[in-house]
Amino acid sequence: MIQALNRALHDAMAADDSVVVFGEDVGPLGGVFRVTDGLTAAFGEQRCFDTPLAESGIVGMAVGMAMNGMRPVVEMQFDAFAYPAFEQIVSHVAKLGNRTRGRVRLPMVIRVPYGGGIGGVEHHCDSSEAYYAHTPGLLVVTPATNTDAYGLLRAAIEHPDPVVFLEPKRQYFTREELDAGPVPPIGRSVVRREGRDATLIAYGPSVPVALAAAEHGAAEGRDLAVVDLRSIVPFDDETVTAAVRRTGRAVVVAEAPGFASVASEIAARVSERCFHYLEAPVRRVTGFDVPYPPPKLEQHHLPGVDRILDAVDDLQWEEA
Amino acid sequence: MRLIDETGAVVADDPPLPAPEVLLEGYRGLVFARRLNDQAGALVRQGRLAVYPSSHGQEACQVAAAAVLAETDWLFPTYRDVAAIAARGVDPLDVLVMLGGDWHCGYDPVATRVAPQATPLATQLPHAVGVGHAARLKGEDTVVMALCGDGATSEGDFHEALNFAAVFASPVVFLVQNNKYAISVPLARQSAAESLAAKGVGYGVPAVRVDGNDLAALIVVLTEAVARARRGEGPTLVEADTYRIQAHTNADDPSRYRTEAEVDEWRPRDPLLRMRAHLVATGVLTPEREAELAAAAEEMAAHVRAGMGRESAPDPAELFAHVYSTPTPQLREQAALLAAELNEVQA
Repeated sequence: MIQALNRALHDAMAADDSVVVFGEDVGPLGGVFRVTDGLTAAFGEQRCFDTPLAESGIVGMAVGMAMNGMRPVVEMQFDAFAYPAFEQIVSHVAKLGNRTRGRVRLPMVIRVPYGGGIGGVEHHCDSSEAYYAHTPGLLVVTPATNTDAYGLLRAAIEHPDPVVFLEPKRQYFTREELDAGPVPPIGRSVVRREGRDATLIAYGPSVPVALAAAEHGAAEGRDLAVVDLRSIVPFDDETVTAAVRRTGRAVVVAEAPGFASVASEIAARVSERCFHYLEAPVRRVTGFDVPYPPPKLEQHHLPGVDRILDAVDDLQWEEA
Repeated sequence: MRLIDETGAVVADDPPLPAPEVLLEGYRGLVFARRLNDQAGALVRQGRLAVYPSSHGQEACQVAAAAVLAETDWLFPTYRDVAAIAARGVDPLDVLVMLGGDWHCGYDPVATRVAPQATPLATQLPHAVGVGHAARLKGEDTVVMALCGDGATSEGDFHEALNFAAVFASPVVFLVQNNKYAISVPLARQSAAESLAAKGVGYGVPAVRVDGNDLAALIVVLTEAVARARRGEGPTLVEADTYRIQAHTNADDPSRYRTEAEVDEWRPRDPLLRMRAHLVATGVLTPEREAELAAAAEEMAAHVRAGMGRESAPDPAELFAHVYSTPTPQLREQAALLAAELNEVQA
């Protein structure tokens, strides 16, 4: 996925001179994950540059640059390192278009490597999507495949509104060829796997886990569908609702703490829209409501195949 | 730095004073700014404005900040800088839209080159750096004037903005209006530094301390800071030593944190009286000119009164119109819900 993201940045910078990339260590080093590798060499240090170590300054400067006609793409080195920029993100990035009645639009992307499962130390594994999704004015997307990583990042950079682009660190090192298909528009979810018995709804790092659960479920006689949201904001009610109505049962899978979460929101929306189609209450399989655990405990925290299949089993099957 | 003292007498001639016509134009700005403050205060008492943070006593900073900019430059104001925005040429009615409660910003920031007024402290300063940095990348010689108060110098964004501007040699002039109080907290509790200008040293940013009630000195200092930025030599920090004569806003009770005697000490240092004394003494300001200025200021105030006197009814549909460039499906649903509610009420 790193190469897909790198290629997206490279192609976007080549296509549009106003695209600039900056943040901590994104220049000669190419980012701590090498997502920005080679961009300074290819486009010069005016287009891809290192900043002082200050997240609020990085995002705040991006706001001003977007106000003045550029398309900044900034990197927050790790999920929890973005919190010093939180005020800039929620008070200004999210609101400036609305404050100015649309006269100022902020075509900027905040890239956040996020989520756990990589054995990271504290503050390197948070799932922060609920904070951003709760803030009107931000678009929030997260790819689960390399093809989507490329396409969604291109779409995010081209979008007139600010996008929080959550990159699942766990998938950084997955290798798969890019499909040269059309760029998916932001706001469209996709059914990754069809199934008759229940729908697993997941996004970002949880999509491969949900797909694995569906594989294992198939061996146990459960025919599970998997929806990959791709976009959290806007939320694709249409795809999710249609998928759940086909199966009558749904499990939401996400690794963030479940309380007041994106998973909660999805469960509520599905319940409202699919009530008469549901055979059982919507289940959530999420991380526990604990600060992200140390590496030796994270496997207990992250939703895994067994926990997902247990939840599927709990959906009051008639034969049970 | 000070060029003209409290009696209007010239106390320094190096650097030289701005030309008399520049000072006269500046005085016109002071008269308009004071009248606007008075008018806005009255509108608050009439319930036409939700709130108004007065800049009475510190108008020289705001008038000078606007006066030294070229049309293509940018101004980044705070909530207390209504006078600066108006001095930049924005219709006061458009400036007062935010404080009147109709919307969060009443003018077009790109067309006017005035950023929306910032209400959180110092958060606009990194934006100012970004606008300046983008201008440099685009090969433009745009300069950005970023305003803040003494309280804002304690915020992280103040430090990040100064540091970024210094490292990138951004064309930004940081003007700190040190009016001695952040609502109720006095300067001594805000900073233990010898001066706020002293903070520039740590960032490698040249800093100047200027009498913030001396319009002539402000114009000279800010003109040089703008020229420096335009030459590509980077940011300047200017600390203007001034005083907020009135309450923070109508919701404030200054008697709880400062004495009337302290305020009285500052009254004779009034920037408007000082410039008037100087211009009268030098024969630049004749009684006829003064009468013309007063009449023009009254006309502006009448325009504001008339505009603010009309009942406004913002369109509820606008709640959903600008959140994104295209409303999300969820916002379209909510807009339909509100429209249905409103139709029901009408029926």
